[in-house]
Amino acid sequence: MLFPPKPSPAAPPRVVVTGAGIVTALGLGWNLNAEGFRAGRRAFRPVTHFDVSRQRVKIAAEVDLPENFPATKLSTHQLNRLDRAGKMLLLAAIEAWQQAGWEPREDYPLVLGTTAGGMTLGEAYYRQAIQTPHHHRGQPTRSIQYQAQVQARAVFDALGCSGPTTIISNACASGGNAIGHAFELIRSGQAERALAGGYDAVGELVFSGFDSLQALSPTVCRPFDAKRDGLALGEGAAVLNLETLDSARRRGAEILGEVIGYGTAIDQHHLTQPQPQGKTTLNVMRQACAVAKISPVEVDYINAHGTGTVLNDASEALAISEWAGARAATLPVSSTKASIGHLLGGAGAVEAVVSLMTLREQWLPPEIEFETPDPACQFPIVQKPQDAKVNVVLSNSFGFGGVNAALIFRRWA
Amino acid sequence: MSKVFVAGIGAVSPAGWNVAALRAALKKNEPLPVQALARPGWEKPLNVRLVPNPATRLEFLAHPRLRRSSPITHYAAAASLEALAGLRANLDAKNLRLGVIACLQSGCVQYSCRFYDETLKNPATASPLVFPETVHAAPTSHVAALLENVALAQTLVGDPSIFLQGVALGAQWLAENRMDACLVFGADETNWIIADAFAHLDRRAIATAGAGAVCLCRDEKFSIGVELAAITDAHVFSARQNRAQAAQAMRRQLGKIPAGEPLCDGLGVSPRADAAEQLAFADCTNPRIRPKNIFGEGMMAGAAWQCVAACDAVAEKKSVSACVSLVGSNQQAIGARFVRAEFGLSAAVPAGNIRP
Repeated sequence: MLFPPKPSPAAPPRVVVTGAGIVTALGLGWNLNAEGFRAGRRAFRPVTHFDVSRQRVKIAAEVDLPENFPATKLSTHQLNRLDRAGKMLLLAAIEAWQQAGWEPREDYPLVLGTTAGGMTLGEAYYRQAIQTPHHHRGQPTRSIQYQAQVQARAVFDALGCSGPTTIISNACASGGNAIGHAFELIRSGQAERALAGGYDAVGELVFSGFDSLQALSPTVCRPFDAKRDGLALGEGAAVLNLETLDSARRRGAEILGEVIGYGTAIDQHHLTQPQPQGKTTLNVMRQACAVAKISPVEVDYINAHGTGTVLNDASEALAISEWAGARAATLPVSSTKASIGHLLGGAGAVEAVVSLMTLREQWLPPEIEFETPDPACQFPIVQKPQDAKVNVVLSNSFGFGGVNAALIFRRWA
Repeated sequence: MSKVFVAGIGAVSPAGWNVAALRAALKKNEPLPVQALARPGWEKPLNVRLVPNPATRLEFLAHPRLRRSSPITHYAAAASLEALAGLRANLDAKNLRLGVIACLQSGCVQYSCRFYDETLKNPATASPLVFPETVHAAPTSHVAALLENVALAQTLVGDPSIFLQGVALGAQWLAENRMDACLVFGADETNWIIADAFAHLDRRAIATAGAGAVCLCRDEKFSIGVELAAITDAHVFSARQNRAQAAQAMRRQLGKIPAGEPLCDGLGVSPRADAAEQLAFADCTNPRIRPKNIFGEGMMAGAAWQCVAACDAVAEKKSVSACVSLVGSNQQAIGARFVRAEFGLSAAVPAGNIRP
């Protein structure tokens, strides 16, 4: 029963990650992405999926989907019905699933974050409805397939399993919230395992939206740089297999890292602008630390939300500086949006996988175009590829509407 | 496990801007008249049921955050304020920690269509004021800003069944003592593209719009006399369990519904869409409350109206308990039961009736 729920265990179980799949413009899968992030490679190119000739900005970090998909239980027909976002989600889920080695079951919760779901199908529906109003072919399918829960079901059908699906749409915090929600499902004893992730594709409406807000950088996306002038959009997906430590040990599974903290809250300051002093960000970072039972001194790296907009980075910098206190002076921070752009609903999930990479492989992802620190940054920005001793990573995600999320991961050694 | 009570309900529907209007329309049990909505490129309009303009300007629209907000936010805000009216008037509840869970299916379609239309015509003049209002999180954010004391918020999207998932999440937040009260609202708006999509999927469906809200609390003294008794599991549609099987699994978990207890179901006028739920409750002779018959296809608002109607039946002492059946369109089936608070769970629900 969803209510009354199962009683929570006396002590929350430890939650570990045993599978991780990632798709970004740097490539498909852990290895290509780890190589790219470690080098600080940038993956932007002129937008190819829609016309940007009349837009102010013309680049994004687009994903090249493979011509041949890995074999799954989906038919070719089912696969062809998925839009780019659904296909990226599926690729990430397949990678995570194969790595985790879970057996098919009917009770795996799936928690996904997305802002747009299958919006590109919605756009196609609109164009056809306006441009050829008496032509109905494909419209019924589009009206169903654009819904995020249908894309989620395709993941389950492809993997041959099922379970309750929760789609969180807290704008750009969605991916972080999805992982946090799955973490809480396991800690509260409602599930022993859960799949969680986030995804979004670059679409015309969203691209035009950020361009209209003049939030896109006409030069280079440089989070936390004093000369920053906006964000860059990207697309991609990431999926994690989360389970209790007991479950992972019983299976003899390889553990990629541990989720130890999560905090979330809503900033009511403005629909699109963060509270200037970063009070909500500070709150969620503290919440996550309280759950993790650690202090800022124990955090070795922050994967910041760091969009590259003037307002976001100033607010986040103030929050990090206050949260970290004296530790800020030596606490490495970077935003991997400098490499792959802002993945919106996928950002928090992809950055969770990047956080796991830094823990597993002991390096920090640099922002190679970073030049001059914003005066609000009391912390060093990772500017060059570097190896580092990393035991604990904190990852921030914030969204339009004001939801903030912070996740904390610990190395599994 | 601490108990969870209902502190208030709210509704905006084609019948009007409050629960009383919803209740009156349901009591009358006659489908509301339809309105014609122009569909670009077609001579023949589409039929919809629209929310009427409020009799007077809504006071909350004076809030700076709601100046440019879309109809879905207006519906959500009005239903939320109605659901919270009791708590807000109670001085003892002044410092309660409030959570907000928003449930949407199509979300902010009016501004999305408007902004995309502007983009197609000329992206250079697409309005930056409209774009932020297209995101699913916008109504949640506006409602949170309006209410001020919101500490935690979540926006869920999915088919209408997720309204009960939202209620379950709210109950969980209360059980874990993360919040003292939790507002759960379901809202959707309509326009020609929504009506067009329904026309493609089911010609009999009449698209409608609105919102419903249920405020949950832990403390019985804030209750309107309604207790949340049970929410079934989410019985998902999958390759191995079709919609009819999921609906039946939900029905089995709800158990035998006591004689006289109303069932707020999701049946409407579409034999194909209704088949799964019809079959699952084929043997059920209980009185039915059917918002969809009266108002049309309100998506998440429709699911919320079902729950509001169930709570209202108990709060108004028409029944000691009421059931809700949400068989979603493409995700899952979930059921729930609300009981009169003073009777308590054991009195209202015969032993063995709810199967954990």
